[in-house]
Amino acid sequence: MSTTDIPTVDNGVQVDALLGAKAQLSEVREAAAFTFRATNEWISGTHSRTTVDGFFGLGADQQHREPHQVETDHPEIFASADQGPTPPELVLMGLAGCLSAGIASVAQHRGIQLRSVKATVEGRMDVAGILGIDPEVRNGFDAIAVRYEIDADADADDLRAVVAQSQKRSAVFDIVTNPTAVVVELV
Amino acid sequence: MGDPRTTDVVVIGAGQAGLAMSRCLTDRSIDHVVLERGETANAWRTERWDSLRLLTPNWMSRLPGWTYRGDDPDGYRTAGEVAQDLDAYRRSFDAPVRSGTSVLKVVHGSPWHLVETDDGTWRTRAVVVATGACGTPRRPSFADELPGSIQQLAPIEYRNPSGVADGRVLVVGASASGAQIADELARAGRDVTLAVGEHVRLPRSYRGMDVHWWMDAIGQLDERYDEVEEIERARRLPSLQLVGSPERRDLDLNTLGDAGVSIVGRFVGERAGRAQFSGSLANVCALADLKLRRQLDRFDEFAAESGLAPELGAVSRPAPIRVGPPVLETDLRSISAIVWATGFRPNVPWLDPSLLDRRGGIVHDGGVLPVPGMYVLGLPFMRRRKSSFIDGAGFDAIELADHLAAHLDHASSPR
Repeated sequence: MSTTDIPTVDNGVQVDALLGAKAQLSEVREAAAFTFRATNEWISGTHSRTTVDGFFGLGADQQHREPHQVETDHPEIFASADQGPTPPELVLMGLAGCLSAGIASVAQHRGIQLRSVKATVEGRMDVAGILGIDPEVRNGFDAIAVRYEIDADADADDLRAVVAQSQKRSAVFDIVTNPTAVVVELV
Repeated sequence: MGDPRTTDVVVIGAGQAGLAMSRCLTDRSIDHVVLERGETANAWRTERWDSLRLLTPNWMSRLPGWTYRGDDPDGYRTAGEVAQDLDAYRRSFDAPVRSGTSVLKVVHGSPWHLVETDDGTWRTRAVVVATGACGTPRRPSFADELPGSIQQLAPIEYRNPSGVADGRVLVVGASASGAQIADELARAGRDVTLAVGEHVRLPRSYRGMDVHWWMDAIGQLDERYDEVEEIERARRLPSLQLVGSPERRDLDLNTLGDAGVSIVGRFVGERAGRAQFSGSLANVCALADLKLRRQLDRFDEFAAESGLAPELGAVSRPAPIRVGPPVLETDLRSISAIVWATGFRPNVPWLDPSLLDRRGGIVHDGGVLPVPGMYVLGLPFMRRRKSSFIDGAGFDAIELADHLAAHLDHASSPR
């Protein structure tokens, strides 16, 4: 018979596995070099389909459990068929998904049980940029705001720290806050 | 004198770490020399800006057989005063410093290591690398691609505002060096932009006591390298965002903003002639504020548990950092000078590359190198959190001298 007064926290994140991977990849740094890939196929108009299936990591080709697809399009107010989210909305979806995954992982690691995590993401954009109306206006978002509502066994400062740490370790947060060299070519 | 000359220990560097080790070896009557490229405390004499003062109070400069004897234990000494004090320490036990001797190559072997210098070669059974953590400034790789018209300076090259090209200055890094240099430039009337990545914010004093008194009192500075979680991360922590000033003033992004410094995110690259600043500024400020509150909570807990609370000032919390509307890029043509306060790695070109890690750091376990009879001193969190402080060098030297003496005993015992 055994009793314990340490509450079992389960946010569904395998923290031990993540820490094990961190230790192993610290030793074998080459294995940490990943390449993610997507293929995209135009369907019609502004509607296209993007698929992710394989990626490279841990020194070998890897597969998703099954191919995942997302269709993107433009909304009807731009005379499109609205067959899916706009590509910039997909970026917002990626940011929220990445931060929420980080929040669950960090909370698990810090022994914080989450009950609910909800986020709203707003990206502010002056479409005068993409429409070529004003060369001074950038094409992309000029600001993104993410608001989290979290119900969990922790005080407000602990939750702020979890949200801050999630940003610090987020791939998509880094992608949208820092410049990235991009090459687009015709083959 | 023949060549090579023979000794038991060659200590490289006559700063606080090398002298502390020399004192420990002297106390044990172990034959040694201290090789110094310049004069005793060379970096304190030649690689510090004019106004620099220590971040730690005067009383916190204990070395083996040496304590502060002046009448201002709570003050912060200048670099020149540090050099004078270390020179007095050298004289106090007649440390065998050979000044003006540059090391060219260290060839490790067993049982003899060879230390080649511009003044002949030493054959020695042990080597202690004590040349410090601030040898070679780190700069991002894109620094080389910036317009040649921009003056680029590291903190060890900066002296005072008059040495910085006229016009707008970009200071990169908001730890002690970057924050202090940005502050000094702004006070001299310069147009200053400070690029801010992760940093550690602390008040100069809290509840009437110096922040280092607190860190010492709660045992934080004595935390050991083999007891903390994630030592590599602890070793990479930037220096505390503090300044040692006679008026004991605070230095943080709010005071810098009040002094007219423009605060931007981390300088992450250049594109089409424009400097790019990260959009993560709000988060790094939030992280620093959260950690600051944690740290002050620890101080308050200690105050309550130790019964010292009635002797101390009131509990308070500094105002959070104000983050203005983000500036994400600026035209590099508007910048006349960049000060890279982006950290250092040891400058040890004479050390075998097999003893260095992929970032150019020395591979060691608490100062003990993987090669028997080789040691390093004075690196951040080498054996304890204060290892790179003057006050930490002696404690590390005492422990490593034990290890070193055992190595010499073993090496000299018959096989």
